[in-house]
Amino acid sequence: MQIYLPIAEVSVNALVLMGLGGLVGVMSGLFGVGGGFLITPLLFFIGIPPAIAVATGANQVVASSVSGVLAHMKRKTVDFRMGGVLLAGGLVGSALGVLVFNILQRVGQVELVVQLCYVVFLGLIGAMMLQESLRALLRARHPTGRRRLHQHMWVHRWPLKVKFRASGLYISVIPPLLIGVAVGVLAAIMGVGGGFIMVPAMIYLLGMPTKVVVGTSLFQITFVTAFTTLMHAVSYNTVDVMLAVLLIVGGVVGAQIGTTLGARLRAEQLRILLALLVLAVCGKLALDLFLRPDDLFSITTRGQ
Amino acid sequence: MMRGAILALLALLLAPVLPGPAQAQGSGSTMPADPEAGLLPQVEERPAWLLFPDPGQSRGPAPEAREGPAEQVVAGLSNSSVAITTSFDGSDILIYGAIKRQTPIPETPLDVIVTIEAPSQPLTIWQKQRRAGIWINTDRVEVGAAPSFYAVATTRPLDDILAPDWDNRYRISLPLVLRAFAGAPEVEDTLPYTEALIRLREQNGHYRLEENAVTLVEDTLFRTDIRLPANLIEGDYRARIFLLRGGEVIDAYGAAIEVRKVGLERWLYRLAFDQPLLYGLMSLAVAVIAGWGASAAFRKLRRA
Repeated sequence: MQIYLPIAEVSVNALVLMGLGGLVGVMSGLFGVGGGFLITPLLFFIGIPPAIAVATGANQVVASSVSGVLAHMKRKTVDFRMGGVLLAGGLVGSALGVLVFNILQRVGQVELVVQLCYVVFLGLIGAMMLQESLRALLRARHPTGRRRLHQHMWVHRWPLKVKFRASGLYISVIPPLLIGVAVGVLAAIMGVGGGFIMVPAMIYLLGMPTKVVVGTSLFQITFVTAFTTLMHAVSYNTVDVMLAVLLIVGGVVGAQIGTTLGARLRAEQLRILLALLVLAVCGKLALDLFLRPDDLFSITTRGQ
Repeated sequence: MMRGAILALLALLLAPVLPGPAQAQGSGSTMPADPEAGLLPQVEERPAWLLFPDPGQSRGPAPEAREGPAEQVVAGLSNSSVAITTSFDGSDILIYGAIKRQTPIPETPLDVIVTIEAPSQPLTIWQKQRRAGIWINTDRVEVGAAPSFYAVATTRPLDDILAPDWDNRYRISLPLVLRAFAGAPEVEDTLPYTEALIRLREQNGHYRLEENAVTLVEDTLFRTDIRLPANLIEGDYRARIFLLRGGEVIDAYGAAIEVRKVGLERWLYRLAFDQPLLYGLMSLAVAVIAGWGASAAFRKLRRA
């Protein structure tokens, strides 16, 4: 069933799009990630112009993260104050990112920078996650006492300390602000929510307890991706709502399947699987950068 | 089936054999054999970089026109407008017609060329090079105007029936359709870039040369089908029909095909460009409602 996308000006198979949305929905149901880091490259592969893939990917992440954050609010696992600080940074970062994206587009290096960002971040995060989850798996087999509750790290010596009650933290607002900015920039450039970067950052850099991390990250992601979508729509007219709807429809169904599957797997196994998936996407993108392309020439027109 | 076979037989019987001396030198091909010659026949006063002449510029000495056309094209199109709907999947245009004449049929063989051209857009052609181990876009050539779709259908091989000076005058073959470069290019040799543009667009079916695709019956009736691809842009498309004898154009006919988005496609497209803020907010609303709906449905399912 071919469908013509009004903004992308390409005709694509609607079932393929719903399938993509579904696949990513399964992933987000399984692993609790927004799936932007999967959807954007997949849209590139099926021939959606990059600028439109990024902007529309952000819109799709809004849908999946709204769905997630509502569930977490019910369980009271959202640190609104921390979320607010991250968000403030995120909005600044997102505005910066859209600006950078536009400059890159003008000099024709969008594809390269987006690809490089993906390779670097997916590679780092994937490797860290794999190492961490393997260690956790071993630890589960050979229990060795409890970990310390509070580790005093560099972040605890910075000024402007604030109490984050839900997280049980008393730290400077500067590190979460900086993390917010960084994730906002990446969200705008890569069309991702940044969950796969923010979650490890919140755990390892801020020392937040795991139970509030996912909900707080989703809270921040919802607003940053919503802002990014609006910026892209207003500045560059690159959000294709038809494309977004198809992805969302698939994603909603996929998420249900993913959650059901997830209930049958153990947390450590899930994290190893996610790490492997992240590394696989990273590997594919890295190969594209390093191998000689089929055609050295390429054409760009408006919106591409 | 039967009719097609008869038409083909007729066409074969009528197919002339001897190309005149004027065509023997033909360089009106899409790709010149000699790269030094450029895509255009050389004209002294033209700057070397101006491979695609500006439409406003003089095209050198025009071939002398005959005294009043002895033969005229009378033609029709199956559709004078194409509506891009949600399920748009390309469109077939039937172009048919007859040759009107008062005098007996001349000895030299008659040929017909049909072209369909989409509106032109500026574009950039990039070349990748290996830098620090990875392949990145390094050099570019900007083309001021190139049609996003261009098809040529002919009764016989284009080189055999069209003399270069007549090609130059009417801009029939593909290299001549591509217009001026936008500013002086930054590279020394632009030929590989324009060749790449034609090659890439031929690969995805947006530039087409269909020789022998026009059926001509008894030097009087002709017809051809041209398929417009699914990935069409809006605008006024141009259909041209040329009548040729001995390499010269003896009559030309032009018609417009209006390609427009209609219904939902049109509404969304206009909204995105005329009211981008409203459009962005609508995209967000769609995502939020879908996300909220999904989480509500989840809860219902779990409770049930």
